[in-house]
Amino acid sequence: MRRLSRQFAPYLLSLPSWAYLAVFFVIPLGSMLGLALATGDPLSGYVISDNFSEFSLGFSEYHAEFVRSFLYGSISTVVTLVIAYPVAYWIAFHGGRNKSTYLFLLVLPFFVTFVIRVLAWEFILSDQGFVLGPLKSLGLIPQSTHILSTQWAVIGGLVYNSLAYYVMPLYVALEKIDRRVVRAAGDLFATPAVTFFRVIVPLSAPGIFAGFLLVFVTNVGDFVNADILGGTGTYMIGNVIQDSFFVNQDYPLAACLSSMLMFLLMLAIFLYARVFGTDTIQDYAT
Amino acid sequence: MSKTTPPDDQNLAFLRGLTQPRISRADFMRGAAASLAAMALGGIGRADAATVKDWDAWWAAQKPTDKFVFANWPLYIDVTSTGSDHPSLDAFTKETGIKVTYKEVIQNNAPFYAQIAPVLKSGQSTGYDMIVMTNHWELTELILQKWLVPIWKEKVPNFAKYASPSVVSPAYDPGNKYTMTWQSGLTGIAYNPKLTKREITSFNDLWDPAFAGHVGMMNDNTELGSAALLKLGIKPVTSTPADWEAAAATLREQKDKGLVRQYYDQSYINALENGDIWITQAWSGDIYQANEKGYKDLKFVVPKEGVMIWHDNMCIPIGVTNALSALAWMNYYYTPKVAGIIEDYVNYFCPVPDAKAYIADVIKDPAVADSPLVFPPAAMLDKAHDFYAFKSYAQFQKWNSIFNPIIQA
Repeated sequence: MRRLSRQFAPYLLSLPSWAYLAVFFVIPLGSMLGLALATGDPLSGYVISDNFSEFSLGFSEYHAEFVRSFLYGSISTVVTLVIAYPVAYWIAFHGGRNKSTYLFLLVLPFFVTFVIRVLAWEFILSDQGFVLGPLKSLGLIPQSTHILSTQWAVIGGLVYNSLAYYVMPLYVALEKIDRRVVRAAGDLFATPAVTFFRVIVPLSAPGIFAGFLLVFVTNVGDFVNADILGGTGTYMIGNVIQDSFFVNQDYPLAACLSSMLMFLLMLAIFLYARVFGTDTIQDYAT
Repeated sequence: MSKTTPPDDQNLAFLRGLTQPRISRADFMRGAAASLAAMALGGIGRADAATVKDWDAWWAAQKPTDKFVFANWPLYIDVTSTGSDHPSLDAFTKETGIKVTYKEVIQNNAPFYAQIAPVLKSGQSTGYDMIVMTNHWELTELILQKWLVPIWKEKVPNFAKYASPSVVSPAYDPGNKYTMTWQSGLTGIAYNPKLTKREITSFNDLWDPAFAGHVGMMNDNTELGSAALLKLGIKPVTSTPADWEAAAATLREQKDKGLVRQYYDQSYINALENGDIWITQAWSGDIYQANEKGYKDLKFVVPKEGVMIWHDNMCIPIGVTNALSALAWMNYYYTPKVAGIIEDYVNYFCPVPDAKAYIADVIKDPAVADSPLVFPPAAMLDKAHDFYAFKSYAQFQKWNSIFNPIIQA
């Protein structure tokens, strides 16, 4: 009897976690999948059926938006990493006693609402705004030049909004690195570049992965940047889902696209983990 | 539709930013969660919407109350300079003893509908005794779902007496069974003559290759499709799916030639003010406000093919507790005096033409009284077209399936 209870103890102890997952993940997910397969309309109600055609429709109608979202998400994640890594590195290794001040400055913009920050970029980058306006009047760039309404404005907005989310996990990973290991590399005649790429970067891999999770997943599903900074050819899958839900009230399509997006994102994350490391994903995430 | 402050407010641009009908991520998640919860909990079936069979008896059973809750769009009623008092509402309270709780909770039709629909479906009260909805699909849906209380005509004699013909018995609500218009407005064309370098008179000008990359169109597919229908000389209100296809084809051509800068929501006005776009589909009230706040060059035109007119409508959702009080306000609003006080502040189309004299003679504000954008001359109203009124969800879906691919790409 005693042995039995010892055997079950771990499961009993993990019960709250399972309950949490069930309530906040499994039930909503089930509800979403159910809705994706439903037929009907908002007036007469929905009936759950085996309407798998919604998935093929979602793919055939919106594959371009899926591809675009993953493209924007990938480019913005890589660019963010390239910018965030030196920032995090500098704060972790050279921040000295002001580390927390720098980190505070980094999150300072977040005291302003997300949408307002994107709107501010719309103002800054406008055709006759204070960036392009003077350049145009000096004749340095042609009158017709515009940054807004292009894919670069959207990707730029994504990078701007995700920067702090990448710096934070990178900083935590870099901060944890044992400085003696770095010195040991030097003692073994590694050049600074070799030390950086062979020692520091591998040791900060968990931070790179954590940031990737935060940034890539958010950016692929984003719709605000495309909405405000984008133009006619920058519609992302998030915009389609948002429109389906709130403008067209096509709930099954919205649920279907949301679940497709989720599965594709999971696939991308597993691929990342497979390609960039043989460690298990759990090891990366911790 | 846009609701904006009077021009004396220095923070106008900031307020506009705050009140734009965009959906924040949080709102989106909240709405999505509410919808899903409603579907999961509601057993995903048809609710017994029409529990009330005999509305005459329902009205007869209503007790007079001394309060009601009024849900409206931001910056859409008169307000004192301190921003706390609404003179028209206070006068109403003084006269009738009915206290009004005024809430600016409606940012856009579709998200607001998404908020109240699950509540109405479960047969509960939304907490609002009166709401204001534009004559878009969501209003039709409220009517089709039987989620609006039919108006007790005998209690609103002022409507028959003072209402502008443009708001009497509209296509979306024949006989004004459920709605009375709060404000109307036009969707025409606005442009910056300095940048277009010529006068704009027609919807065809939105297709002019000379403006390539500087044309703004709306991302509201009802507005977008209707503009294309007018361009082709088709009356939107009697159009057919074949017409819609033709309209979509001309819109696609406009996009493929690179004429369209972006399909805008409310933010088109900023883009126009910034010079990002030279010519755009526009709401009349926005251009009036832009002129007042210093963008004097911008012009609003009623194109020769016609112009779209929209109406924001007062209506009473089911489950209310202060229906008689809400009705008393609706009747009170339809007088030259009250409509005039509010119109002098709001500056859209006044549904009470006689308010013009009140604003000119009593308030002494000729700028508003003489503005064709507030009191449109008959010639302008003759050119005004109503939106196509969807008769079923299938029709709404058909429209979406034709026009959405243009915006979504």
